[in-house]
Amino acid sequence: MALMKVKFDLKKRVKLAQFVWFMYWFSVMAGVLVFSMGLFFKIELRKRSELMDNNESHFVPNLLIAVGLLACGINAFGGKICYDSLDPTKFAKWKPMLKPFLVSCVMFNALLVLTALLCFLMRIPLQFTLAEGLKNGMKFYKDTDTPGRCYMKRTLDMMQMEFRCCGNNNYKDWFEIQWVSNRYLNFGAKEVKDRIGSNVDGQYLMDGVPFSCCNPSSPRPCIQYQVTNNTAHYSYDHYTEDLNIWKRGCRDALLSYYGGLMNTIGALVLLVTMLEVGVMVGLQYVNTSLSTLANPEDPESESEGWILEKTVKETFTDIMAKMKNMGKGNQVDEGAEAPVATVS
Amino acid sequence: MVLMKMAFPFEKRVKLAQGLWLLSWFATLAGALTFTLGCFLKTELRRRAEVMDNTEIHAVPNTLMIVGLASLGINYFAGRICQDALDAGRFPRWKNFLQPFFGVSLFFSFLMLMAVIMSYAMKGNLESSLKIGLKNGIRFYKDTDTPGRCFQKQTIDRLQMEFRCCGNNDYRDWFEVQWISNRYLDFSSKEVKDRIKSNVDGRYLVDGVPFSCCNPSSPRPCIQYRLTNNSAHYNYEHQTEELNLYIRGCREALVNYYMGLMNTIGAVVLSVFLIQASVIVSLRYLQTAMEAVAGQENTEIETEGYLLEKGLKETFMEYMNPVLTLLMLNQVSSEAGAGGAEAGSSS
Repeated sequence: MALMKVKFDLKKRVKLAQFVWFMYWFSVMAGVLVFSMGLFFKIELRKRSELMDNNESHFVPNLLIAVGLLACGINAFGGKICYDSLDPTKFAKWKPMLKPFLVSCVMFNALLVLTALLCFLMRIPLQFTLAEGLKNGMKFYKDTDTPGRCYMKRTLDMMQMEFRCCGNNNYKDWFEIQWVSNRYLNFGAKEVKDRIGSNVDGQYLMDGVPFSCCNPSSPRPCIQYQVTNNTAHYSYDHYTEDLNIWKRGCRDALLSYYGGLMNTIGALVLLVTMLEVGVMVGLQYVNTSLSTLANPEDPESESEGWILEKTVKETFTDIMAKMKNMGKGNQVDEGAEAPVATVS
Repeated sequence: MVLMKMAFPFEKRVKLAQGLWLLSWFATLAGALTFTLGCFLKTELRRRAEVMDNTEIHAVPNTLMIVGLASLGINYFAGRICQDALDAGRFPRWKNFLQPFFGVSLFFSFLMLMAVIMSYAMKGNLESSLKIGLKNGIRFYKDTDTPGRCFQKQTIDRLQMEFRCCGNNDYRDWFEVQWISNRYLDFSSKEVKDRIKSNVDGRYLVDGVPFSCCNPSSPRPCIQYRLTNNSAHYNYEHQTEELNLYIRGCREALVNYYMGLMNTIGAVVLSVFLIQASVIVSLRYLQTAMEAVAGQENTEIETEGYLLEKGLKETFMEYMNPVLTLLMLNQVSSEAGAGGAEAGSSS
């Protein structure tokens, strides 16, 4: 018993072929969209590659780019087949290729679903990458004279201003590292010597943050040094002051930005998957309706179309049996050779 | 004497009509582009409206939008006319429409050219508007508790960070205003009292700038206070230090940004103007060539097309005469009235 059988006359067949052809061109655009989203995502990752540790994986954007290109190719091919299906002579050319093409479409759709899933899951490794990268970034903030790290200060400052965040988890991360270079510290001053003497590693730590942590929405000029010292500033209480510097940590900010991007891309890929499944079903109907003409010589005769020739369960057992036969075929060949070898 | 006469055999007329139809569609798109550019420019100007003193510069995008819309209409009609032009039966119904149509088209084309000239010429106007706007912005920077001005600080800070500039002409503008509100000054401290006494108006002036003037590309952490005091900071000399703060003034930065935008838009609109002018000229040739065919038996004869029936001066006089007669007529009738009154009074 065939799955979802539908009767077709010539007019209905023509309409179906035209509709599926149109949907295929729409899918080509969708493929281009997926490709461009992959490219955009790759560029966004590269832009902040200094803030991620070196192991950041570009697997997901590369996969998106490949899938987008593949979608364009497959859909253009499918569209051509649909276009030719209205002409019986041309369609006869494509007939032998159609079954393997449809099988590859099924596998491609599975790949699309996998891609969408990866988009949603990529958030997890990204979290660890960002945590590591930001920690190192802050450590190298002061090394503006070290080759390879001289732009870290600029990158971090621009990022904190753009994403409106401060530090890794929050602004207190800046208190734990020395972010003022030794070149600009007067080692003859008592204050500097005291601070350096006050901790084990001999680092100049202070309760201050860089200017890029300042919040422009604050009603008062930015307080970036002696942030925890209430007496150092007039009418200031650092427990209640929440507009002075950005409260959010940069890891959270970047993660929510990239997370939002990946969720959008994942949702888009799922929509494209649904579109692909739709056109694949349409092509199967076109194929079956043209193969089951009641009178093969007369193009205007009636025909039937279906998705699967037998029910889902029977088709599945058929495939399993075929695979077992293939396996058995290999075994039989080996068995046949062995006696031949022993006889001679 | 006819202006710019050209002979039009039948084939050439057909080609002219077809070419004009295509060109008019192209010109319609160009008109839509002009409208979009006008909208974009207006949006950009409105974004920074808080640092501009007046809105005179908005004349440029407003004109562009009007001209863009008008050009859409003009080119649509031009396309319709040339579609009907080759059909001798349908062309005559456009006869009465064409004269005012050309008048309107010429007016809007002239307006387009004016918009291009304005976009280059209004630089001075923009600059003076920004000068006053930025001066006020810097003056009201500290008034975050005054209604109507409480967002001035935020606006100026974001402007300085986005355009990478500091102050009006340069960073020294901040030395001349009190940009720290009295709410955050400890009036019992000696330092504050000294500073306030040291100038006539009793303002707290510092040689410091807000944090938004800081340049992220500087290799050292930002120095924003005591800028002119070399001994206050280790290894610092303010005359040679160029990466610490943004050197450029915000007026210069904004003027450069807007002039760049308007120059690009002006160049695009100039090419749209050329397209529009060629549409009008071609339509005029088509009209005059087809008018000569009207009423003839054989529609495939060769005709002549021209821009103006008489010379430029004569056509101008022809249009001016009605206006002049109106004025002279008034004079004659007032003289006649005066003569009649005198005659009446004398008799």
